[in-house]
Amino acid sequence: MKRHVELKNHQREIYYFRMRLALGVGFVLAMLVILLGRFVYLQVVRHEYFSTMAENNRISVVPIVPNRGLILDRNGVVLAHNYSGYTLEITPSKVGDLEATINAIAQVVDIQPKDRKRFKKLLDESHDFESIPIRNRLSDEEVARFAAQRYRFPGVEIKARLFREYPLREDTSHLIGYIGRINDDDIQQLEDDDQLANYRGSDYIGKSGIEQSYEKQLHGTTGFEQVEVDAGGRGVRVLSRTPPVSGNSLQLTLDAKLQQIAVQAFGDYRGALVAIDPNNGEVLAFVSKPGFDPNLFIDGIDSDSWDALNNSPDVPLLNRILHGQYPPGSTIKPFIALAGLHYGTRSPSYAINDPGYFMLPGSSHQYRDWKKGGHGRVDMFRAIQQSCDTYFYGLANDMGIDNMHDFLAQFGFGKKTGIDMEGELSGLLPSEAWKQKRYNQKWYAGDTVSAGIGQGYDLVTPLQLAFATATLANDGVAYRPHLVREIEGVDGHGGQLVQPEAIDLHLKPEDVALVKRAMIAVTQPGGTAVSASAGAPYLIAGKTGTAQVVTIKQGEKYDASQLSERNRDHAWFIAFAPADKPKLALAVLVENGGHGGSTAAPIARKVFDYYLLGKVPKPLPPQQGTGEAEHD
Amino acid sequence: MIRRLGKRFMLHLDPPLLAGLGLLTLASLIVLYSASDQSWLQVGKQFLNILVAFGALWLVANMPLHYLLRSAVPMYVLGMALLVAVALFGEISHGARRWLNIGVATIQPSELMKIAVPLMMAWYFEKHEATLKLRNYFVAALLLLLPVALIARQPDLGTAVLIGASGFYVLFLAGLSWRVMGVLFAGALASAPFAWKYLLHDYQKHRILMLLDPTQDALGKGYHTIQGMIAVGSGGFLGKGYLNGTQTHLDFLPERTTDFIFAVYSEEFGLLGNLLLLALYLFVIARGFIITANASTYFTRLMAGSITLTFFTYAFVNMGMVSGILPVVGVPLPLISYGGTSMLTLALGFGMLMSIYTHKKLVKT
Repeated sequence: MKRHVELKNHQREIYYFRMRLALGVGFVLAMLVILLGRFVYLQVVRHEYFSTMAENNRISVVPIVPNRGLILDRNGVVLAHNYSGYTLEITPSKVGDLEATINAIAQVVDIQPKDRKRFKKLLDESHDFESIPIRNRLSDEEVARFAAQRYRFPGVEIKARLFREYPLREDTSHLIGYIGRINDDDIQQLEDDDQLANYRGSDYIGKSGIEQSYEKQLHGTTGFEQVEVDAGGRGVRVLSRTPPVSGNSLQLTLDAKLQQIAVQAFGDYRGALVAIDPNNGEVLAFVSKPGFDPNLFIDGIDSDSWDALNNSPDVPLLNRILHGQYPPGSTIKPFIALAGLHYGTRSPSYAINDPGYFMLPGSSHQYRDWKKGGHGRVDMFRAIQQSCDTYFYGLANDMGIDNMHDFLAQFGFGKKTGIDMEGELSGLLPSEAWKQKRYNQKWYAGDTVSAGIGQGYDLVTPLQLAFATATLANDGVAYRPHLVREIEGVDGHGGQLVQPEAIDLHLKPEDVALVKRAMIAVTQPGGTAVSASAGAPYLIAGKTGTAQVVTIKQGEKYDASQLSERNRDHAWFIAFAPADKPKLALAVLVENGGHGGSTAAPIARKVFDYYLLGKVPKPLPPQQGTGEAEHD
Repeated sequence: MIRRLGKRFMLHLDPPLLAGLGLLTLASLIVLYSASDQSWLQVGKQFLNILVAFGALWLVANMPLHYLLRSAVPMYVLGMALLVAVALFGEISHGARRWLNIGVATIQPSELMKIAVPLMMAWYFEKHEATLKLRNYFVAALLLLLPVALIARQPDLGTAVLIGASGFYVLFLAGLSWRVMGVLFAGALASAPFAWKYLLHDYQKHRILMLLDPTQDALGKGYHTIQGMIAVGSGGFLGKGYLNGTQTHLDFLPERTTDFIFAVYSEEFGLLGNLLLLALYLFVIARGFIITANASTYFTRLMAGSITLTFFTYAFVNMGMVSGILPVVGVPLPLISYGGTSMLTLALGFGMLMSIYTHKKLVKT
């Protein structure tokens, strides 16, 4: 009996067990279907997505920064070039204690306090994951020393890089400008210009001068390398390579030697000189003194040097040629004379008797001539030659400010010359409408009288005055001033010459001839700038001018010796030579130089002598500057 | 003579099962060659692992069943003792206390328990076969939960889950009533929040959270899952070709010779390869089920069923983890992943399966 029950139980148990086992099999099959479904989903449905993810994992695009184009003068003298060197860079995010790391590095390579300050400044401006240079231009020995101890400094790397250098330093600082590290503003600008992709990997961008204005041409096109990387981000192999296209080199219109002679001619004076070839608008000299060493700015200037430059009373960072606005003073007179002839306000023979002052009808206010007692009988020729204020007071008053404005505007006063450098100021050429708009005030007759001798509201930049002088020298045919002569392809071919079109002002030749003759007389005995042409084998046509820094009260006398140096008048001299067939036109400003004939004209003479005769005044300064302290 | 020797050698081996295991271990060597960046050294070591495992399999297969039955209690007791020792004196590696230094080598007692726990439970049920009551299931469950709790505390969630599964299969096949299972399931659900708060370690919670949204922490905890899914998904239908997996060879796949070897395989052989692998596993499992169904005693039925289902669970958990439907719990792909211990444990299980099958036949004839 018992045996029977057991047997029965046994069979039932096997039955139950097999039921359970069948459930197990069902479970296995169900799970397998889930797995299979998952595989199909991953490998078929979403295959493309994951393939892309795998590719993105695998492939990293590494930019190859192009070499920046060179900047040369018209004769091939190098004004900006690149040289390869080493920098020591720290990636802050990979370094724990920055201070300690820098101290440790300082025991291996020389780190100046200046380097630390610059590093700190860059650190504030940058993002943690970027590498920031702590030292530039490492010597071979320093590179070797650091390389041997590299294991001690995770996150610190030596990088081989191209450095920018400006061999003429302060002599060309305002012309060439400088490049600097790309900051957030630059990034914003690049984004707006849709150029950001082309700057991947680039650390530098033109910040001022030619470097800024021709950034597009100089930078070049960034190349790319597709690199297969492993999970650690290390490159395993290069899959494809698009080589970078180097930036174009620029050949400037500048004559570097002329530039240096001009700089030298200023001596210790501050000021500006712009020399233009009147036949085509090429700028041959572009001097703003004092300059600064642009090399300091490339990797971020240290705060001491920055403070020294920024707080100097000499404002070395001011580009006086484009941003300095001064009253033109008497240099405006030849142009006003032309206007008088043009409008028929004066005939060449019309003469006045100069008592030494001018009075408006019905007024007792005396507009004084610079010469006490006056010039006697003065026609237009003598008025220019001797810079007679009284003559021009009357002329301006008779012509009216709006006529004056319209005529002078043709010469480029009151508006930008259109030179190929960013940031040019437009000076100020007043008119009735302007005064109403600007000051909500009526124009007074007295305003016109002052404008007749280039005082009052009138403001010009040295560039504007040089441009107007060049236009006059070229008999009223204007060429937009420009600094770049040729944009060269990488291999020196495919150059693109810059040739602005001529704009003819249609002046009457006899008017121009009279004014030119008078300007020649300025540099001859009896003129205001005799020293300019003494002994010169060519004729110089010029005009002196002074721009007041402080206003002299009615009845007082200007006495240079009584005024502190910085309150003395600025001296102007505009000139072109040879006067009969001008090859060079220029404007010279000497700040606090007093009288144009004595300080500005001799500078012009040296420039002409070199340009026309090849005459070198003194032994030339060495081509390369001697040290960073030079600009102090 | 040689034929007779060969026949004797093969006497207790099951040729279909052996063929399945042989193909899987061959696949292991092939995939490992790629996963190890063509290291013959690692392939050679794995080959040795396989040889040792098959040797153990042969030995166990030739063991009469009562040996097995008799070894259940001592093995279990030894295993528990070692687990307690690990908890007290174990060595800490990667934040977990799993290893025990016994002078000559370090051992991982939880590995032993993969066999010992189901064996013990099957032995227990065999002993009380005639008078099975609910109380017996309760005791059996206790025999399971004690070691599982110790292992989960190490913490080694993967092994705990697998041992828990193998023990559960024994309970299930032994006929645990549906009602009790329902109650247990409800209880488990109810205690889940408690377990989440007090039992699970932070890293385990992370892995579960990452499963829900691996992109949340793509470079941290979600990295394993994401890279595994990318490898599998980018493999496509035909795969990238042997030795051509970019995820594998550019170092993006973590633990690619061990827990994530399936991602290597899947990236290089694609969906087609996966189907083939699943078919191979299914073949082995099917053979296991046939052996289970034909087993003659209660003990052998439970043991064979548990071994078969546990083997499947290993494979499922690993592939599910690599393809992103299960949390990353550190379970190797059975018979494929590099490593001697898991290979040996599995071989012991299959040896038992063959012993169960062949000794039954011998008894019959």
